[in-house]
Amino acid sequence: MSPRIRILRKVLNPPIINGFKPYGQESEKLNLESINLLYEEYEAIRLSDYDALNHHEASIIMGVSRPTFTRIYGSALQKVAKAFVEGRQITIKGGQVYFDSDWYTCNTCKCYFSNPEKEKNVENCSLCGSQQINEIDYNYDEIGITQGNDLCVCPNCGFEQQHQYGKKCNQEKCPTCGTTMKRA
Amino acid sequence: MKVAITSTGNSLESTIDQRFGRCAYFVIYDNESKAMEFIPNPYKESKEDAGTASVQLMASRNVNKIISGEFGIKIKSLLDSLKIQMIVLKQPEKKITEIIELLNH
Repeated sequence: MSPRIRILRKVLNPPIINGFKPYGQESEKLNLESINLLYEEYEAIRLSDYDALNHHEASIIMGVSRPTFTRIYGSALQKVAKAFVEGRQITIKGGQVYFDSDWYTCNTCKCYFSNPEKEKNVENCSLCGSQQINEIDYNYDEIGITQGNDLCVCPNCGFEQQHQYGKKCNQEKCPTCGTTMKRA
Repeated sequence: MKVAITSTGNSLESTIDQRFGRCAYFVIYDNESKAMEFIPNPYKESKEDAGTASVQLMASRNVNKIISGEFGIKIKSLLDSLKIQMIVLKQPEKKITEIIELLNH
């Protein structure tokens, strides 16, 4: 039987570099293999560290679950750390990904369209020509992702409610018995 | 420039097909010459890879834009690399004539 299928991870744009090479005194004597960073690991570092998103938002952008994103990110950091400490080369290649460029929405005809010519600026809708377009921007302060699948439970009566991201469970009181709730 | 539209039938009054790989017909419309061509989709009933085969058909006709209801994951990146623009129109009641009118803005 084949192993469990992996969902393809979404990467917005491929990296502009192909990798890194160390330089310095010791590194010329070393002749070790390079470490391969996958495209999804590069994207995990880009979303989490460069764009400073938290793991919930970044995992939604990548199209995977939050624990999967955390595993990918952890693997990425471990590879980078190993390359630093052991003086190895880093190459960025491979992985189960698909690339998806920026998409724009049009307020007039309600269509979504992509922009394969990344250098050109998009000013008109490709379908109806109107200029009422906006780029799909992953700004979660406005969309307000506050709920997921996590729960707060009451240690006294077992009542469960959905956990809101950003609000601590131990600041909520159970509506049934009044005890302070805790994170499931 | 040439625009392809996925269609449920082969007349101008047909509505847009919400799928790309397994749509009933493709309409290829040329913006300059106003020529219109209806092509039945040969990959409609194929077992797998209908999307990639349809993309090859579009590329062989030198299409610049494709209008459909949705595109599968595997072909999104393929169309991106071929520099073909994708337009998603999630309105299944829109007719081909209305879409061509919008294009002639």
